[in-house]
Amino acid sequence: MKKILDMQVIRISIPAPGYAHIVLAADSPSELPECTPGQFVQVQIPDHDTFLRRPISICDVDPQEGTLTLLVRDAGRGTRNLCHLSAGQTLNLVLPLGHGFSVPENPDSSYHPLLVGGGVGVAPLLYLARAINARGVRPDVILGARSAADVLLKEEFERVAHVFITTNDGSEGVHGLVTDHPAFKEEHSVIYCCGPTPMMKAVAAYARAHAVPCFVSLENMMACGLGACLCCVEKTVDGHLCVCTHGPVFDINALTWSDHA
Amino acid sequence: MHNKPSLAVELGNLPLANPVLTASGTFGYGLEYADFVDLDSLGGFIVKGTTLEPRQGNPYPRMAETPSGMLNAVGLQNGGVDHFINHIYPRLSNITSEIIVNVSGAAVEDYVEVCRRLQPLDRIRAIEVNISCPNVKQGGMAFGTTPEGAARVTEAVRAAWPGHLMVKLSPNVTSIVDIALAVQDAGADSVSLINTLLGMAIDVERRRPMLSTITGGLSGPAVRPVAVRMVWQVAKALSIPVVGLGGITSGRDALEFIMAGATAVQVGTYNFVDPAATARVVTEIEDYLIRHNISDINELRGII
Ligand SMILES: Cc1cc2nc3c(=O)[nH]c(=O)nc-3n(C[C@H](O)[C@H](O)[C@H](O)COP(=O)(O)OP(=O)(O)OC[C@H]3O[C@@H](n4cnc5c(N)ncnc54)[C@H](O)[C@@H]3O)c2cc1C
Ligand SMILES: Cc1cc2nc3c(=O)[nH]c(=O)nc-3n(C[C@H](O)[C@H](O)[C@H](O)COP(=O)(O)O)c2cc1C
Ligand code: FES
Repeated sequence: MKKILDMQVIRISIPAPGYAHIVLAADSPSELPECTPGQFVQVQIPDHDTFLRRPISICDVDPQEGTLTLLVRDAGRGTRNLCHLSAGQTLNLVLPLGHGFSVPENPDSSYHPLLVGGGVGVAPLLYLARAINARGVRPDVILGARSAADVLLKEEFERVAHVFITTNDGSEGVHGLVTDHPAFKEEHSVIYCCGPTPMMKAVAAYARAHAVPCFVSLENMMACGLGACLCCVEKTVDGHLCVCTHGPVFDINALTWSDHA
Repeated sequence: MHNKPSLAVELGNLPLANPVLTASGTFGYGLEYADFVDLDSLGGFIVKGTTLEPRQGNPYPRMAETPSGMLNAVGLQNGGVDHFINHIYPRLSNITSEIIVNVSGAAVEDYVEVCRRLQPLDRIRAIEVNISCPNVKQGGMAFGTTPEGAARVTEAVRAAWPGHLMVKLSPNVTSIVDIALAVQDAGADSVSLINTLLGMAIDVERRRPMLSTITGGLSGPAVRPVAVRMVWQVAKALSIPVVGLGGITSGRDALEFIMAGATAVQVGTYNFVDPAATARVVTEIEDYLIRHNISDINELRGII
């Protein structure tokens, strides 16, 4: 069940310039509804000026503690305000929203997932990597960033996954794009991806060419986040579908992306 | 002294438990908000714009945030009237508050046919006719921008729809009073106003329009003063009830429209910001009446 919930900022840190890692706590753990990897929240920007809520992925959840983590990139007025929050402030959220990634209940030995994240797109993949790890599988994760300073959540991922890094300037890991990493071309049973659209299109093109199932998380602009306004639509093989309710995670076969990124 | 004040209103032949409705296109089919609002606590809700044939709407991007509001260019995406009848209507059967269908069309005959198909549904006692749609047979100019066009749709629908007929007016006209009078003469039971104001926004960094359609409809608190003014003018001129909307966020905002002459109100864009807004507006109106010792909401209507 979706709800409107006030949560308190209990920690905020700057993992890289222009990003914030925000840990929020509910008044009591039981107030935090169950959230699945790939779902998102609609955050009210506490500046009394930004009109609409902003959609932000659920980066991590601790149901025991009643905490929820967001990873935010300063992309404009609203997200900048979030990056400058301080501990003790209250955020109003609508959550949990959308359909996330599906992970097999009891994965067998053929389940060998690859998670590919670019920039702030790594956010939903952390909770996903944890969920996969909790089911006894250590996934491969490729984190793409502009430079070493922009590599996000590396330690957190390393606790639950095999981590590979690519940077555009070669300052860490493999020099180039996520698709240039040798680990990317290893055999995987499924690819889960979130990042800038050109990156997701390149990953999708590879997956399609190699017949690997592939799921991408889209970031279309949203107003309601509830399937009511029809502003966030993506063109799919079944016509215009709302990213906020049918997605944000889509099977690439449902999308009308061309094979050329 | 502190009896519960009465919120019941009569929209002509349509009694409502309270004056708060939802605006078409902002509340889906109601079910999207069921986790946040007891749908039966509302006067009623107006569902998404419904057309004869299914429509895919306009290409993405369809929205842009603007100061205290937003632009949209959804383009009436909907599954068509038969989809509503077969797949949505059955899911609304447990709801006791009024369900009003917003009807749109590209030609007069389309409006009429949608009404004809809705007629057998006994839970649908009222329709709201959106006359802001472009008339494809008349070069795409919206029906609602001339008194003649507005009257033609209203007359045709009147002949096909025996229930309550609400006609929704476009603010993108020189004299909304003239349009409202034409609609009243053509047989409408009530008018609702305002639909969105035509607007435009440009992404200067990318040097391109924010919307795929370049222009779109402005809504939200930014339009409220325009809407209150139009409701006041129209309510003074008409004898049929007026439903006011445009930027309502609270009971206070709703009361502005009621004091300007509206019998009922609709909450629109603010549902996106506060999904529980509609139920809160009802409570806040009630609190106002208690605080001011007013026993009946109807005492406040049109006092300005
Ligand atoms: C399902 C989903 C999950 C997301 N998860 C995260 C996340 O975990 N962390 C994060 O930092 N960001 C995330 N985003 C993107 C984030 O919502 C946008 O960056 C934010 O809305 C921009 O708002 P703003 O006020 O900062 O910028 P604005 O001033 O509104 O706009 C700045 C720029 O961002 C673009 N923009 C505006 N809204 C969006 C949007 N919804 N999506 C993409 N670009 C947008 C505008 O076109 C403009 O160019 C997610 C988006 C979606 C839809
Ligand atoms: C996303 C969106 C979709 C809308 N769709 C419709 C529609 O299908 N039919 C209609 O008559 N009005 C539609 N409207 C207009 C609203 O019902 C309302 O008239 C307008 O938004 C002003 O009210 P508000 O400021 O409270 O939103 C839409 C508005 C928005 C924001
Ligand atoms: S954001 Fe409103 S329908 Fe998706």
